[in-house]
Amino acid sequence: MYRYNETDQRLVDDRVVQFRDQMARFLDGRLGEDEFRPLRLQNGLYIQRHAPMLRVAIPYGTLAAYQLRKLADIARRYDRGYGHFTTRSNIQFNWVRLEETPDILAELAAVQMHAIQTSGNCIRNITTDQFAGVAADELFDPRPYCEIVRQWSTLAPEFLFLPRKFKIAIAGGEEDRAAVRFHDIGARARVAEDGRIGFQVFVGGGLGRTPMVGQCIKDFLPREELLNYFEAILRVYNRYGRRDNKYKARIKILVKDLTLDGFGKEVEDEWAWSRGGEGVIAEQTFRDMEAFFARNDLPPADPADPIYAAALAGNRAFARWVERNVAAHRDPGRAIVTLSLKKSGSPPGDATAEQMDGVAELAERFGAGEIRVSHEQNLVLPHVARRDLPALWEGARALGLATPNIGLLTDVVCCPGGDFCSLANARSIPVAAAVQQRFEDLDYQFDIGPLELNMSGCVNACGHHHIGHIGILGVDKNNEEYYQVTIGGREGTRAAIGKVIGPAFAAQQIPYVIQRLLEVYLALRHEGEIFIDAVERLGLEPFKTRVYGGGA
Amino acid sequence: MSVAILKHGEIVADRWQSVAADASPAHIAECMAAGGPLLLPLPLWLSHRAELDPRRAGVLLVAEDGLDAVLPWLDDIPLIAIHFPVFTDGRGYSLARLLRSRHGYRGELRAVGDVLRDQLYFLHRCGFDAFALRTDQAVDEARTAFADYSWAPLGGRGESGGLRHNESVE
Repeated sequence: MYRYNETDQRLVDDRVVQFRDQMARFLDGRLGEDEFRPLRLQNGLYIQRHAPMLRVAIPYGTLAAYQLRKLADIARRYDRGYGHFTTRSNIQFNWVRLEETPDILAELAAVQMHAIQTSGNCIRNITTDQFAGVAADELFDPRPYCEIVRQWSTLAPEFLFLPRKFKIAIAGGEEDRAAVRFHDIGARARVAEDGRIGFQVFVGGGLGRTPMVGQCIKDFLPREELLNYFEAILRVYNRYGRRDNKYKARIKILVKDLTLDGFGKEVEDEWAWSRGGEGVIAEQTFRDMEAFFARNDLPPADPADPIYAAALAGNRAFARWVERNVAAHRDPGRAIVTLSLKKSGSPPGDATAEQMDGVAELAERFGAGEIRVSHEQNLVLPHVARRDLPALWEGARALGLATPNIGLLTDVVCCPGGDFCSLANARSIPVAAAVQQRFEDLDYQFDIGPLELNMSGCVNACGHHHIGHIGILGVDKNNEEYYQVTIGGREGTRAAIGKVIGPAFAAQQIPYVIQRLLEVYLALRHEGEIFIDAVERLGLEPFKTRVYGGGA
Repeated sequence: MSVAILKHGEIVADRWQSVAADASPAHIAECMAAGGPLLLPLPLWLSHRAELDPRRAGVLLVAEDGLDAVLPWLDDIPLIAIHFPVFTDGRGYSLARLLRSRHGYRGELRAVGDVLRDQLYFLHRCGFDAFALRTDQAVDEARTAFADYSWAPLGGRGESGGLRHNESVE
């Protein structure tokens, strides 16, 4: 993992001092509400429905055990004993006190963490594949590049007041597990035929009010030009992005207005000047960054370990958990374990302080002290020896984190919704709970197979409903909560945006609607065909007909 | 009437007289005859450039103006002011970076309009060296803003862009 040097530490320490002063000036009236708002947002602080909310950055979703313990400590001392992991792999505390937030930032700075740019019209937390560095299908580890981009974008003076927020994802796998085509900039690892390392760059993707799939602006960007090229894109956006209407201010609208070619020309012109210049990243920098993330300290592990083999053969519950929650590590003796934060009855993505402490301990015992946060709102231990899987499973069960539902229907991705968020039109957590309860039966879920259900409480789409195989969007109809259903969305290399099946439903109808959608799938699926593929093949009609009856 | 501005971190009296975009020809002629340094909005600066003493004529840009019109004259312009309609409009930051880095402008670069204490550090880092703060801002207190950070941001400059990968702290 990356470790702060003195400069990084000075930055976060200075930031705490600065924010403490800004908060004091706000509280005694010297700094107005309008002047304070962007300052607090750039420190992750929202004023919410019940209380202020603090969003803490987890850069590219990577945490050390001691950092997770600190988050547990903050949850206990400054909040109500829990936190919410988000679809940008950050964590939110929903019950903090305004005047205590500088103290929380100071606590975070002590463990090399912060809340910088987790909100506001600036470059947000960089995200990546939660399996980065360990996935079997990886071209190269994207995290050194994420860290380089993190350093560049943190308090990048030119880009703190963009037209709108700006999200960057970088993925290293053959399979895209970071939804790169739904980001303002998405970069995918590429190795050229001559062996040069670089990225395929997408621009203008995003969810929210106007969902769009990102377009390829650069087929191969050599890695040393990463910052020059990103800076060129950001500068064109900062100068020409719309500022008259916040709903049309994302880069995707600019790309659409200028066309990809027109936008690309502006970027090329900007890049032509910086290319090969001072912003080129040195080879030594890559080597040094890579060294931070390499794990050469792990002892060899046996793929055919007898303890693991015996548990797999003799314990059906364990075998099921392995089937759903354990993924292939590039070292066959090890495995990547996903701890489910989607147990029926608790809000998706929430973890209590006890669970966070428990996961930190499991990570230290079995996972080389490292934890990842996935954009599906689960926690991942990326380095578990197969031999340790049975013991880890027991430990996770004791914490309520071993629900074998990863990638299944009840692994619901969900924003905090109307229960917490002041932007929301509708609640999302109770609907997620009703769905989880209705489909709790594991045999049924395993029969249905891989299915991503995403739910957002408003068009801002924090629950990424557009890319759910089934997506649910809370809408307001005459001050009543209704829910619009989409199907056919997906992330990855075959990225698509879901289509609305018809008029919206009341909350209590949603489990029934999902039931109907699944009945169509079960009746018409081909051997081995997963839900989303069946939707692509069949189109909307059979699903619509089943849900609304013949007349709809 | 002279107002205080921040320049190179110090409070100084502004010796430049600003000419409004809608000033009458008579007023403009009067100002020019007075011989003091004048700060003119781009359209006026362009239309009067032939008659102006280049060393005593500054140009005020709004973000929509872009830079093309001033680029041929950068060596001669002593003052470029960039107007911020609201402090959250970040276009001026990019204009400043372009003027300083890409186009090598060496004269005074002044932020005017909705310029507030809490943005000074970052404006300065983009190349502004003078600031006419919004009138409600305490200019003397604002001087401390240049020391908000002891760290210097990256920005595509220096060795490896100044990326940090050595001397990790525990």
